Amino acid sequence: MIKTDILIIGAGPTGLFTVFEAGLLKLKCHLIDALPQPGGQCAEIYPKKPIYDIPGFPEVLAGDLVDNLMEQIKPFDPGFTLGERAETIEKQEDGSFIVTTNKGTKHHAPVVAIAGGLGSFEPRKPLLENLDKFEDKGVEYIIRDPEMYRDKKVVIAGGGDSALDWSIFLADVASEVTLIHRRNEFRGALDSVEKVEELKKLGKINLITPAEVTELHGEDHLEALTVEREDEKIRLETDHFIPLFGLSPKLGPIGDWGLEIEKNAIKVDNTLDYQTNIPGIYAIGDVNTYPGKLKLILCGFHEATLMCQSAYKLIYPEKRYVMKYTTVSGIDGFDGTRKEAEKAVIKTIN
Amino acid sequence: MKAGLFLFTFAHYLSIMSDINIKITDREGVVHDVQAPTDMGMNLMELCKAYELPVEGTCGGMAMCASCQIYVHSDHPLPEMTDDEDLMLAEAFHVKDNSRLGCQIQITEALEGLEIEIAPEV
Repeated sequence: MIKTDILIIGAGPTGLFTVFEAGLLKLKCHLIDALPQPGGQCAEIYPKKPIYDIPGFPEVLAGDLVDNLMEQIKPFDPGFTLGERAETIEKQEDGSFIVTTNKGTKHHAPVVAIAGGLGSFEPRKPLLENLDKFEDKGVEYIIRDPEMYRDKKVVIAGGGDSALDWSIFLADVASEVTLIHRRNEFRGALDSVEKVEELKKLGKINLITPAEVTELHGEDHLEALTVEREDEKIRLETDHFIPLFGLSPKLGPIGDWGLEIEKNAIKVDNTLDYQTNIPGIYAIGDVNTYPGKLKLILCGFHEATLMCQSAYKLIYPEKRYVMKYTTVSGIDGFDGTRKEAEKAVIKTIN
Repeated sequence: MKAGLFLFTFAHYLSIMSDINIKITDREGVVHDVQAPTDMGMNLMELCKAYELPVEGTCGGMAMCASCQIYVHSDHPLPEMTDDEDLMLAEAFHVKDNSRLGCQIQITEALEGLEIEIAPEV
């Protein structure tokens, strides 16, 4: 069981900054995220896009913002459960919570902060009739363990970076890699496209474009696919089919936690501390809604800051505390590091 | 007083002038007649959100998610598709010949009377 002071669900910018504000109050944080890396949308969807409305940064790439936040929270040594989705929550007799992920990892904390953005990212599934039947029986949407494709025949579909990058990677692992895309053009990074072209010439990637997988065949396990290219139908024997058509956010199991939901967001009736209808559970950032709500990263930072003050009072009701300025108090990391302003040098003029 | 009234009326007149009418069919087939401002730099994805129609706009309008896919039913002159939009649609589902990404179409006076339909959710 992982124990922490504030359990943060969602490792996007708001979730990450919560670690910093909690750290100033000497509260330890642990984050759960369905994606395999921190950063949420900023890292998954638009890492190379510039953001212009982060105070103090006239321009910052979304991916760089995430890197900076990770650097900023490093002294407070946050824990991460990545690639797992928060599934259930149980309130304990003492008012604390146990949150369990889809893989069974349990987390215990007195305070839960949901910073889930638009929800957890789920793969977008192609519209194929018997797709469900072959899920985990030859059809995978996310590559968790590349070794399972060793010496197997693999078909990848998609035209973005994931489809290109995994085709390149698996070309050295699988016995046969086929990449299928509806167009001849790809949306991914130029060097990835060039690499796929090179591997195609070397006969290490079988490229079928413009084409689409239209049928899946097999008994208990996937055995073959039908691929349509213009008017031609091709039957392709394969062990695995990996459709990589991006991810789409879904509120998911959090929607069944007994929280008040309004228009796919968690209702927080106050802008005092962003606590939900369940005491001890807060909702911050894009996942919440209240009158006047704006889905902006900078608003998420503000909400995280107020939420941490309230969480502190909830965890330590008897303690008195006054907010401190980092310029004055510096930062005492949980890892023993200390950052502080340089002391003024006093020099006497004789 | 009269000058004030005139100014108010004139400003009001201008604001009406800068609005256009757009018909949006939602996923249940309900048609919404909406007024769209042409002076706010808004696009069709944002217009749908402004009227609380069920368009996600996950990526915020960067042509990177296709959650604002629409079908254009009227014959209006639309901005040409960029490579980004074209390739994103190549990976989207339920795509038809009249598919566009709402976030890539800015609202201008040339779109008066535009008729669009929100594509199914994926």
